[in-house]
Amino acid sequence: MVSSLYGVDQEQKEIWVFLEQEKGNLESVSLELLTKGREMADQIGWGLSGFILGEDLESLAHQAFNYGADQIYLASHPLLNTFTIETYSHVVFEAVMEARPSVFLYGATPNGRDLAARLAVRFRTGLNADCTDLRLDTQGDLLVSEVSGFGGGVLALIEMRHHRPQMATVRPGVFSSSPTTPRKKTEIITIPVSLTEDMIQTRILERVVGEVVDLSSAPVLIAGGRGSDNAFQMLQELADLMEGEVGGTRPLVDEGYIPRERQIGQTGVVCSPKLSLCCGISGAFHFIVGIDKANTVISINSDPDAPIFEFSDYCVVADVHQVLPALIKVLRSMQEVSNA
Amino acid sequence: MPELHIVVCVKVVPKPEEIRVDPRTRQLDRLNVRHEINPPDMNALEVALGLKDRFGGSVSILSMGPPFFEPYLRACLAMGADHIYLLSDPAFGGADTLATTYTLAQGVRKIGRVDVVFCGEESSDGATGQVPPGLAEWLDFAQLTLISKIDLDLPGRLARGRRLIIGGYEYLETPLPCVVSIKSGCNEPRFMDYRIKLWAFSDGRITIWDASALDADPDAIGLPGSPTIVTELAAAPSKERKRILLEGSPQEIAQQLTGLFKEILR
Repeated sequence: MVSSLYGVDQEQKEIWVFLEQEKGNLESVSLELLTKGREMADQIGWGLSGFILGEDLESLAHQAFNYGADQIYLASHPLLNTFTIETYSHVVFEAVMEARPSVFLYGATPNGRDLAARLAVRFRTGLNADCTDLRLDTQGDLLVSEVSGFGGGVLALIEMRHHRPQMATVRPGVFSSSPTTPRKKTEIITIPVSLTEDMIQTRILERVVGEVVDLSSAPVLIAGGRGSDNAFQMLQELADLMEGEVGGTRPLVDEGYIPRERQIGQTGVVCSPKLSLCCGISGAFHFIVGIDKANTVISINSDPDAPIFEFSDYCVVADVHQVLPALIKVLRSMQEVSNA
Repeated sequence: MPELHIVVCVKVVPKPEEIRVDPRTRQLDRLNVRHEINPPDMNALEVALGLKDRFGGSVSILSMGPPFFEPYLRACLAMGADHIYLLSDPAFGGADTLATTYTLAQGVRKIGRVDVVFCGEESSDGATGQVPPGLAEWLDFAQLTLISKIDLDLPGRLARGRRLIIGGYEYLETPLPCVVSIKSGCNEPRFMDYRIKLWAFSDGRITIWDASALDADPDAIGLPGSPTIVTELAAAPSKERKRILLEGSPQEIAQQLTGLFKEILR
């Protein structure tokens, strides 16, 4: 066995969360991890710390205190303003080697995944990716991660007995976030950052961030699949009428009908809406993972044998192109009545 | 200027819809399951072959797994790859990502001079997406992940790619050599070329390396090299749904649905 750079006997009984920010706001998944981290920390009497990198971050620290953090580590430097793997991994690595936390959690975002995967090798430790649940085993101070494989068909529990930190990534929407009263004692720790341009191999030539859609917390999801490929306008109209968001299956995204950030399922977003309306979706494993947390699933598909009906509360065997116009008509007339 | 040399990491995976957990042994039932090349790896291979079409040079396939992977990998030769390296040794079995990335990195080192290592975004069985950055770390290479478009500047020794980020994208530039993970579904992988298929499945070159050929640290490979342990394995319980059938004309169904919406969203 190859040892990690620090072991169980050198760890601090603490949970760390990598807090990701864009334009002065913490990402939703970071808040979700703080809420989950607080819950686990309370069960076992540990501290919860957040780690923020960027520039001018005080206000973010206070956001994090509202989600239960005891301590916030701030790494402030102009070269940390946007993520590059070299700068972020360098700064986080140094801080972790100094504080030696037992547990370190990351959002399974493009940057969170890259950072966690690279650091795991640097620490010579394990990393449980895309966890569907986490708990702390109070007996052995072990992080127990639940992960799903094979498109969601198989669940595994994974733990790591000798290597530290115990790292995991969690996708947006898997946990829910809830603001809480800040702890009686909170602390901001500013960590020294020594970075120079020549440490950076990655040059950012252009960076475009549009409106960030947050499908994971939308109360209503209107999801489209192959059977609704020409009906995107109708899906959007339905979403507007019901104050929901439009999402789609991977083939629809691959073929360009729906933007990538609206992909539902294993390689997309996991949603937990009150209602998911699935239009013309056959129901592949990969997709089902994304709506499994919906309170109610209603599906419309012209194929009575479509697997999606196995995972639906209400099943409509009909052509999407016939049902949706009728549905939009009824909803519109109801809206006119309530407006009058 | 030396010829462009690309390595593509390829995994052979069970078809996800056919995988079952044996409720008694709690092991994955890998018998009677059909396999395929991990679909995202096909997108990576297509990108690599496209670059070879443009710049010349060669494409090597690197895979870690049991000998039965061989015929699947030969399909990559029939698509236009030049050489297959299969890392195969019972001692590699049971590897988690740390041990897997270490072993693949040893493979890349042994292959020798390489400009770009391509990987699929993630595997359809494990779906962790950790391998590309982990591999880059072992090799001390730069990385470009979640890339949907890529261009190489060979005289300048640079790679430029379009990377997916939350709510948008960025164009990044890194020096060669680098590890690049390709966004799945970003292209249409080519078919096998029937003019070379016969060669691919008979005389096509395949090199098999075991742990000693790789000069691998026995403590860093397979089960011993894997910090994480799976303590439980089970079929995922899916939420019991009501499965109530709604019937009628589109208008009647629309009425029923709006009634349900009110109830659900109350």
